[in-house]
Amino acid sequence: MNFDFSDDQQAIKRTAKDLLATRFSPERVRELADAGDPQGDPPGIRPRYDENVWSELGELGWPGIFIDEEHGGQGLGAVELIILMEELGYALAPLPFLSNAAAGLVLQHAGSDEQRERWLPGIASGEARGTVGVGAGGEPPLVPDADSAELIVLLEADSGTVVEASAAEVEPLETIDATRRFDRVRADGGEPLGGDPGPAVDRIATAVAAELVGVSQRAMEMAVEYARERKQFGRPIGSYQAVSHACAQMLLETEGARSTTYWAAWCADAEPETLPLASSMAKAYASDAGWRVNASSLQVHGGIGFTWEHDLHFFLKRAKADGRLYGSAREHRERVAELCGLSRETAAATS
Amino acid sequence: MRRPVDLTLSPSEQAFRDELRAWLEENHPGEEPKGENEAFEFRRTWQRRLHEAGYAGLSWPKEYGGRGATLVEQAIFGEELARAKAPPAANLLGLVMGGPVVIAHGTEEQKQRYLEPILSAEEIWCQGFSEPDSGSDLASLKTRAVRSNGEWVVTGQKVWTTLAHEAKWCMLVARTDQDAPKHQGLTYFLMDMEQDAVQVRPLRQITGEAEFNELFMEEARIPDENVLGGVGNGWPVAITTLMHERAGIGASSAISVKIALGQLVELAKERGVVDDPLVRQRFAQLEIEAEALRLNAWRGLTQVMKTGVPGPEGSLPKLQWAAVNQGLTELAMEIRGDEALLRDSEWTYRFLRARANSIEGGTTEVLKNIVAERVLGLPKLR
Repeated sequence: MNFDFSDDQQAIKRTAKDLLATRFSPERVRELADAGDPQGDPPGIRPRYDENVWSELGELGWPGIFIDEEHGGQGLGAVELIILMEELGYALAPLPFLSNAAAGLVLQHAGSDEQRERWLPGIASGEARGTVGVGAGGEPPLVPDADSAELIVLLEADSGTVVEASAAEVEPLETIDATRRFDRVRADGGEPLGGDPGPAVDRIATAVAAELVGVSQRAMEMAVEYARERKQFGRPIGSYQAVSHACAQMLLETEGARSTTYWAAWCADAEPETLPLASSMAKAYASDAGWRVNASSLQVHGGIGFTWEHDLHFFLKRAKADGRLYGSAREHRERVAELCGLSRETAAATS
Repeated sequence: MRRPVDLTLSPSEQAFRDELRAWLEENHPGEEPKGENEAFEFRRTWQRRLHEAGYAGLSWPKEYGGRGATLVEQAIFGEELARAKAPPAANLLGLVMGGPVVIAHGTEEQKQRYLEPILSAEEIWCQGFSEPDSGSDLASLKTRAVRSNGEWVVTGQKVWTTLAHEAKWCMLVARTDQDAPKHQGLTYFLMDMEQDAVQVRPLRQITGEAEFNELFMEEARIPDENVLGGVGNGWPVAITTLMHERAGIGASSAISVKIALGQLVELAKERGVVDDPLVRQRFAQLEIEAEALRLNAWRGLTQVMKTGVPGPEGSLPKLQWAAVNQGLTELAMEIRGDEALLRDSEWTYRFLRARANSIEGGTTEVLKNIVAERVLGLPKLR
């Protein structure tokens, strides 16, 4: 029993953390968030991505970390992917990583041989990105980075369609998340996905949960640092229990999100029959925790936490958006209830 | 195939689990009788059986009658007993706290004298720490021990003393130096409960019965050789006791909670509320929190095994367990409606009993203080 990363995995984590810290300082993140729209609309709505860093990560093998080597990836697993996702969340890096990884996961696990041959190399290198939209009868209302993708995968419950972005209608959206771009997508045609996307969707949900862990961790650290430094009534506010207990609760929820997410990633690689339950537990918990930790962090910061000028709101809004992406807490909890014995079918059968 | 990040058990860990599971199937003592005395004797017999099979005092070093079990094996033991719904050992405090504290702080003579009768349940142990005025602020305790004619004379009062009426020995912390700063004037004693100067009074709790007692000591006597860890060293020795108490929660409590959640599913089915969205959502949340509790415990264990120092996730299980157990008993009450108010029922008992979970073994507030100060490095107010 070893519920910890291996030395290699720890190295990936350390390297990712250090690299992202230098490439995405808080000032740089804000710069990209504000730079997005050249038309003079209010800044901080749709970010500009750092395409130089994206290329750099492509060369380092990040986008393809879980894609098999035959198709240009690193041949590693879900655990390595979520290690990167957590650090990307911690840095709040404006990059099309999640969307591209989502497409890669669907094709890796549910693409036909031809689809994989055709699309995975570009996803792995990052040179031809993909994204995934879910539901709404082929008109998903919230798709990350459809505007810069070459490939869009549209998913329903147990099937999917693979569409070239050039053949789809992509309508840019203005959301509250200033560090990620979203679009509404409408597409006719395209070709059916080779297999059942279920296992891929579970991995995507786990990846978002990991991003939420990083976002929560950062928000908590900001709150703790503020509570140590900020003095009122002659002492640091962190010495008051209302504040220190709020921070303790942030730790409890961040660690709970972390434990369930790491477990889900492990299940993906080593115990796939448990993945449906584990991924839904992780996504549900992390979705709530992400929001609650950020909201609590804002409260600890007091007035300054409510300003645009302070970095916290970027994390807060990413947490809210991630909470909805690829299944809300409520939807995932519904699945957990079903899988843990509150089965609607058997209830109907025995009544 | 063993993978990095590995939640499977090693072959020897798996063998330990298999052996224990088989033994439990063969040796499970059945349902506990009602009636306090009968139940206690039942648990005593059960402990003797555990001891004969080498399962009492699992974590104790082999030279003192234990098995030198690893942390993982101890966690597995807790899980399997919970899974089998086996009763607790009669001398739980002796096994989990008394023995380890004697092993850590006792002289060779004390180890020879005290350890075996703990394992065999021949001598039952109780804990004399909390006082009416000293709960979370344990170091403020007032029971005093004065040296007189080559022995110690103890006067004072203790509260929340489990098993006092059955106990032979009391782990007693008393003040031996009135002038020293409060943490430094304490001494840890092993007090003989079988003397008239020690009076035990049952402490009736909100569920109606008395799991705990008050202890009144009016010039009770303790010989010199029953000082544990040296005069004036009571605080660090007491901390050892408390740490062992808290470390016990974790993997096994997660299993107990999962069993209770399974019973909640049956209840929901019986009452026809399986489709109720609020019930589904709350139930799912409890399942998730129970799983987070289990995983945090295992992650914490991995950290301790690697570094000897618990990581932040290790402080959290007791806090989480209290919240989950309270939440699930509350949900059960809601599902049962008005019937839940009737006294004589298992769920109603558990619902009331759960109120103590966030207080016993360290209050939620104190545990949050510890997390805030020692894990997050926030400044103390006091």
